[in-house]
Amino acid sequence: MQSQNSTNIGLDNSAAPRLWVTRHADYLYKYALTRINDQELARDLVQETFLAGLERLQKFEGKSTERTWLTAILKNKIIDVYRKKASAFVNVPGMTSAEQETDDFFEPDAHNWKPNHRPAEFGIEQTDLLESKEFELILQKCLRKLPSLWLSVFTMKHLDDEPTDTICSDLRISPSNFWVIIHRAKLSLRECLQKNWI
Amino acid sequence: MDELTKIAYNCKKATYLIEKQDIGEITLREKLELKIHLAGCRVCRVFQQQSAAINRMIRNMLHRPVDENIKLDDKFKNQLQHLIDEQLDK
Repeated sequence: MQSQNSTNIGLDNSAAPRLWVTRHADYLYKYALTRINDQELARDLVQETFLAGLERLQKFEGKSTERTWLTAILKNKIIDVYRKKASAFVNVPGMTSAEQETDDFFEPDAHNWKPNHRPAEFGIEQTDLLESKEFELILQKCLRKLPSLWLSVFTMKHLDDEPTDTICSDLRISPSNFWVIIHRAKLSLRECLQKNWI
Repeated sequence: MDELTKIAYNCKKATYLIEKQDIGEITLREKLELKIHLAGCRVCRVFQQQSAAINRMIRNMLHRPVDENIKLDDKFKNQLQHLIDEQLDK
């Protein structure tokens, strides 16, 4: 039954909401879960997506497939979640100062690396280590350690390849905050990999 | 210190520019500054290689087909189905 369903997807262009759960629930759940690392929240978002879809059923014109249409609704809901995290982050007092954000890594005056934070080669420079299951687990662990907003920004950039302007306006952050977040996230991630892999 | 001497020692700015260049754009002046810095700073050259490798790995990881085993449980699916039927039959 599962395989029969998947061959039907996208072939008809009318909405069939009674079949949504069978046809799209797993797909939408996976989509949400890769972008928001929280099973409970991902389930809620799938449910909200279906409900929002039902409300807007008349607006579905069959121009895109049902799945694309539902995914677009879900994507907006995910961005809402990201945005809430972003506003919590931007509103933290003192955070907006880009200078302070990277001071744990660099000397305050000269701005060169603090000795114990200095990058050293640890094997990822020339060879692709993603083949190594062990390394991938460390990478995932280090990603999970990032504050959720940094992870949101990273995911939007690297998974969906969103232009920087779009990410900034979706998350309502300034471009300079965006670059501070990216810079800081990379410094932390790199250091975490070096510490755990060697 | 003139501006170019400053950038030669400024690893904080250099790593910022490396990130910005990798997924966005930097100005010609910034490119020149970065080049000068990297010519004299081995540590930041290592950072640059690692940073690019990390971006590549994250992209590959995120774009890989998602684990087929990730599925919603049947109980929740049944709830969803009821919810949809209820709304449609209102």
